[in-house]
Amino acid sequence: MTRGRLLALAVLAFLLVAPFLPMGGTQQYVLHVAIQIFIWSFIGQAWSLMGRFGLVSLGHGAFLGVGAYTTTLLWNFYSLTPWIGALLAVAASVGIAVVLGIPCFRFRVVGHYFALVTLAVGEVIRLLIVAERDWTGGSLGASLKTAGTASGLWTLQFADKRVFYYASLVLFLAGLSVWDLVDRSMARPALEAIGEDETAAASVGIRVTRFKLGITVISAGLTALGGVLYAQYMSYVNPDTLSGIGVSLKIVFAVVLGGMYSLMGPLVGTALTTALAEALRIAFGLRFLGMADTIYGLLLIVFIIFLPAGIYGSIREAIRRRAAGSKPRPA
Amino acid sequence: MLELSQVTAGYGHFTALWDVSLRVAEGEAVAVVGPNGAGKTTLLRVISGLIAPRSGRIAFEGAELAGHPPHDIVAHGIAHVPEGRRLFPGLTVADNLKMGAFVSAARARYRESLERVYTLFPVLAERQGQRAGSMSGGEQQMLALGRALMSRPKIILLDEPSLGLAPVMVLRVFDLIRRVREEGYTILVVEQNVRQVLKLVDRAYLLEVGRIKMEGRAAELAEQDFVRKAYMGV
Amino acid sequence: MDPIFLVEAAINGILLGGVLALLALGLNLIFGVLDIVWIAYVDLVMLCMYAIYFFNVSFGWPIWAAGLVSLVLGALLGVAVHLLIISPILTSAPINQLLATGGLLFFLQSAATFLWTTDHRTVRLSLPSYEIAGIFLPATRIIPFAISILAVIALYFFLTRTYIGTAIRAVSQDREAMSLMGASPQRVYLVTSAVGGLMAGLAGALLIFQYSVHPFFGGQFGPLTFMICVLGGLGNMVGAFIASFIMSEIIAIGGVVISTEMGYVIAFVIFIVMMFVRPGGILAKRE
Repeated sequence: MTRGRLLALAVLAFLLVAPFLPMGGTQQYVLHVAIQIFIWSFIGQAWSLMGRFGLVSLGHGAFLGVGAYTTTLLWNFYSLTPWIGALLAVAASVGIAVVLGIPCFRFRVVGHYFALVTLAVGEVIRLLIVAERDWTGGSLGASLKTAGTASGLWTLQFADKRVFYYASLVLFLAGLSVWDLVDRSMARPALEAIGEDETAAASVGIRVTRFKLGITVISAGLTALGGVLYAQYMSYVNPDTLSGIGVSLKIVFAVVLGGMYSLMGPLVGTALTTALAEALRIAFGLRFLGMADTIYGLLLIVFIIFLPAGIYGSIREAIRRRAAGSKPRPA
Repeated sequence: MLELSQVTAGYGHFTALWDVSLRVAEGEAVAVVGPNGAGKTTLLRVISGLIAPRSGRIAFEGAELAGHPPHDIVAHGIAHVPEGRRLFPGLTVADNLKMGAFVSAARARYRESLERVYTLFPVLAERQGQRAGSMSGGEQQMLALGRALMSRPKIILLDEPSLGLAPVMVLRVFDLIRRVREEGYTILVVEQNVRQVLKLVDRAYLLEVGRIKMEGRAAELAEQDFVRKAYMGV
Repeated sequence: MDPIFLVEAAINGILLGGVLALLALGLNLIFGVLDIVWIAYVDLVMLCMYAIYFFNVSFGWPIWAAGLVSLVLGALLGVAVHLLIISPILTSAPINQLLATGGLLFFLQSAATFLWTTDHRTVRLSLPSYEIAGIFLPATRIIPFAISILAVIALYFFLTRTYIGTAIRAVSQDREAMSLMGASPQRVYLVTSAVGGLMAGLAGALLIFQYSVHPFFGGQFGPLTFMICVLGGLGNMVGAFIASFIMSEIIAIGGVVISTEMGYVIAFVIFIVMMFVRPGGILAKRE
């Protein structure tokens, strides 16, 4: 067993037993932060499935919002179990992805054009949520109707944070394996070729539209799932935290910070941004509202200009280069 | 006037020119001929600054120009008519000519230059308001030449002026170049159509696979047996 | 419903369309030349609006002077954005360019929240309202429309008659050829950015007539501007101009017939439908 594998298993073991370690009064807080990190890393990972191949979506808030609101509203109004609600949420998300993906990809809407379209869609969803305030509660958001005594697996509401901890950890690990599967599959070189030169890729027989649509669908569906779990955990949904430009950019920023092209990049980035947000909140409270995001924005700009591979990606590159340098040259 | 000394240049890992040296004296018309892929276009792009040479010197009227950006080199008096003309397709004939006189020295004498170009090429005067993109190949070449003249250049670089033109047009274009030449402009033309261009110029260089293989007076080169066989189909 | 309301809404749509056109044209100008979308464009407008607010309300300057400040600030911001953010990433992958301007959006919105809180700020203008045949036409809508149309005309002349304007058009058609004309691309980009910023500043000055400014103003008008640009065909100035009025009409009439938000929603939905029908924009040529 390689050293890397051992390390990974050790970390995993630690994560599995962590909730049972004595943490005193901070346990609830630590669990809360961990859950946030896992869920948002998962969402970031889902985004990076598109981002790493040049499909920059600035409207993933659309899928997030659709996911979160579908399960929440179906439960609130029809007492539909979130398990089925989640299926419908993913279906809705995928539906949107397909409806937009087909014209975009068939007509070669790429790059800036594509980003603007996704931006628009993200905002449409947010506006729809706000406009249909009778249903959705508008800008004030909506609370998840409490299941009371029926709390549990069927209703996906748990009083114990630790259940959400494991749920989000499982989701995060699932996201990792999906990312890894894509990375190892035939889709990866195909998508990379498409990202580099679509015309050339098409001319060697790669079904460009199919691949792009496929990865978009996966990304959309996974993001929706993240939204579902987040809504169940927070028991509250709000159009500004779950749809629109703001959250879309936050997702992107965390992934870029950590490194878009690496498996652990989204986790690193999300952990850092969460840590930054919490640190600022603890240090300054609500006095410095907007300060965290201001720093995010500034860092994002700085990172894009000087360190496009992100923190994790850059460190990995540096390590790889040093390792390659110390290897003996082939005869 | 223009002197290249041992210029080496290329794209990325690929080297297109090796140790190329050539001279163009004031008032001369010089041609660089050679087969496809010899590096002729690269040569002109290096002179006008679109590509920076890896080594070697490019002197123009004493000034060292290697590595300078294109807009700077143009200001020194070098006009480059690129391969394929590269007109501004959405702009009119008049606007294309206007852009030719962008450098401040040329802009000051814009009216005068425009008169000159319209006298030399009356067709352009007729088609002033026509979109450049809608013109025929021959007319476009005329416009490209006119545009180069607007910058009041000391030397004109012509990249494959006959490219993509019907044989009748090719003769017309060379006629245009001859007229420009007669106005007294110094010319460096790169061409695949060896027969026509050798009739036009004083001296010529033979460029093959990035190296100068031969140099001499146009008439002498035309006589060379292997040149005649390989490139002129004799 | 009394048809007079529809007519009033239609006219209001046209009046709004004028200012939207300024935003769309400014964005398109920069994209056409630089091939980069300033996602944070409307947030620059927001900054200029704040400037007008502070100069007029806090410092007591007359409104027209504050408007001039907005123009100058807009141009300066345009240049600053180009030099600090765009220039370093001109040759980077599109995703990096998008993220850089996206980061700027984030930065500006958050900084504004931090500096000036989320309170809405308005400039108090008491202007008359005119009534023609039962339709109310407030000066706060007419004046911005008139000025924006004048600005569009001025832009047209700038681009077609002046040297640098023609150069800007030429660069968007063939960058390399333009450098062979002796034009430094950097200089052309700077001028373009300054003009684009100037238009943002002007748009801010006109929008402050009717709208209050707050840090998320960009969220209000940004997506709409992007949609107009995409609808008209990204980079297509004429298309953007037409699309501005189409969208503003839909919003105005939809707003009166159903509700303000639904007006926007319908406009956006129509946008999405258009993506299906004509992804290249309404003036796109059939491939």
